Amino acid sequence: MLKILKYSFYDLMRSRWSYVYFLFYLLLGLVLLFLNNDLSKAVITLMNVIIILVPLIGTIFGVMYYYNSKEFTELLLAQPVKRSSIFLGQYFGVALSLAMSLVIGLGLPFIFYGIFNSNAIGNFALLLITGAFLTLIFTALAFVIALTNDNKIKGFGYAILLWLFLAVIYDGLFLMSLVFFEDYPLDKFSLVATMLNPIDLSRVLILLKMDISALLGYTGAVFQKFFGTNQGIILSSVMLILWVSIPLISIRRIANSKDF
Amino acid sequence: MISIENLHKKFGKNQVLEGIDLEIEPGGIFAVLGPNGSGKTTLIKSILGMVIPNSGSIKLNGKSVKNDWKYRNNIDYLPQIANFPGNLTVRELIRMIKDLRSYKKAEDERLIELFKLEAFLDKKLSNLSGGTKQKVNLVLTFMFDSPLIILDEPTTGLDPISHLRLKELITQEKQKGKTILITSHIMSFVEEVADEIVFLLEGKIYFKGGIPALKAKTEQPDFEHAIASILTTSYA
Repeated sequence: MLKILKYSFYDLMRSRWSYVYFLFYLLLGLVLLFLNNDLSKAVITLMNVIIILVPLIGTIFGVMYYYNSKEFTELLLAQPVKRSSIFLGQYFGVALSLAMSLVIGLGLPFIFYGIFNSNAIGNFALLLITGAFLTLIFTALAFVIALTNDNKIKGFGYAILLWLFLAVIYDGLFLMSLVFFEDYPLDKFSLVATMLNPIDLSRVLILLKMDISALLGYTGAVFQKFFGTNQGIILSSVMLILWVSIPLISIRRIANSKDF
Repeated sequence: MISIENLHKKFGKNQVLEGIDLEIEPGGIFAVLGPNGSGKTTLIKSILGMVIPNSGSIKLNGKSVKNDWKYRNNIDYLPQIANFPGNLTVRELIRMIKDLRSYKKAEDERLIELFKLEAFLDKKLSNLSGGTKQKVNLVLTFMFDSPLIILDEPTTGLDPISHLRLKELITQEKQKGKTILITSHIMSFVEEVADEIVFLLEGKIYFKGGIPALKAKTEQPDFEHAIASILTTSYA
């Protein structure tokens, strides 16, 4: 698997898009720091961008890479390589190069600004870790979608729908149900509903760590009340890991029974 | 070498292979023929483990290929469409495929010379023409010394000189005692190189044997007409 990973990674490191993505984050970091002049505020703004953008890029890149390398995958399938190694190798190649663009692109401006000497370092590190996790999660989901749909257009459609659903529609439905059932106790429901959406989960995780109660919202408040800050962070991290591993297991399972 | 028993494969509602029984003895060139959609590529891909059959068994040298991947060390495969990651150069691609079969020696240099690919070695694969890509494809296939070679439409896009070189190459490999499986729609090519014909029709083996036997069976004087006569009788 490591060999496939290595080549996918090299292949992507040379693609123009990896650099565009990297430069975008570099610019975003610079501009935010320049305009805000305050590390904590910059971290919050970044969080709002990352939480929406990273899943979008992860899904699109994942689906695109899978479809673009289809013939190449067929070449690999005829080589003495295990099937699951091919797909997991490609997956990690895409996910790691995206995560790297994010971490280095945002990391550089913050390092030059002096993040190491500031007390925002913990929050910033968590922001990058969550961003990396979101990349892993959504690239994996994209691979699952692409593996189950041979039709490119359909695959892209489902991928965008998935992103739209988790990033926008889910919150709307969630809020509507809170308003609709306001007469009932909703703590448990909202806890579960938050954990079932990796985007919401990441948001709560970062806000818990930053301890800004004003921004926590209803779910965040419930989270904090229920678990306290530390337990809440541990629980949501476990959920994020589950969100990565379940799609990975599906990739393996689908890849092993698919015809090419 | 290869023994296939009662192989069935369905894609959705489309039954492609309906009980294939085939025995390929080691040594010699076998041409798998048949009209479009008769299941040639599906059969080949089943042997390679790229298509997973619904039922039936495929054995390579007496060992089942199911859930195994190491047996592909003994197969060189030329896919129908040559498409490679565009960001890699030819040299890197060759190195990569060699890397994947790390313990095997490869004679890529001789083949690069044979197909005159030296000038393209440092070009990116996305900038190559279709025919050049097919040559790279051929180098990747023939550079290892595996006992079984599978070629799916090997002549696509090749210029006449490369076509000749390919034929020489196939004959050389045959003389080394290898088993070669070819699919092609170019009948003159098949007639020239093949020792035995496996004719697929509607997911079953319609005929297996030498070219003279096929001519006798169809009562046609030449090979191309013999194939055509099978097709017209089956379509009628």
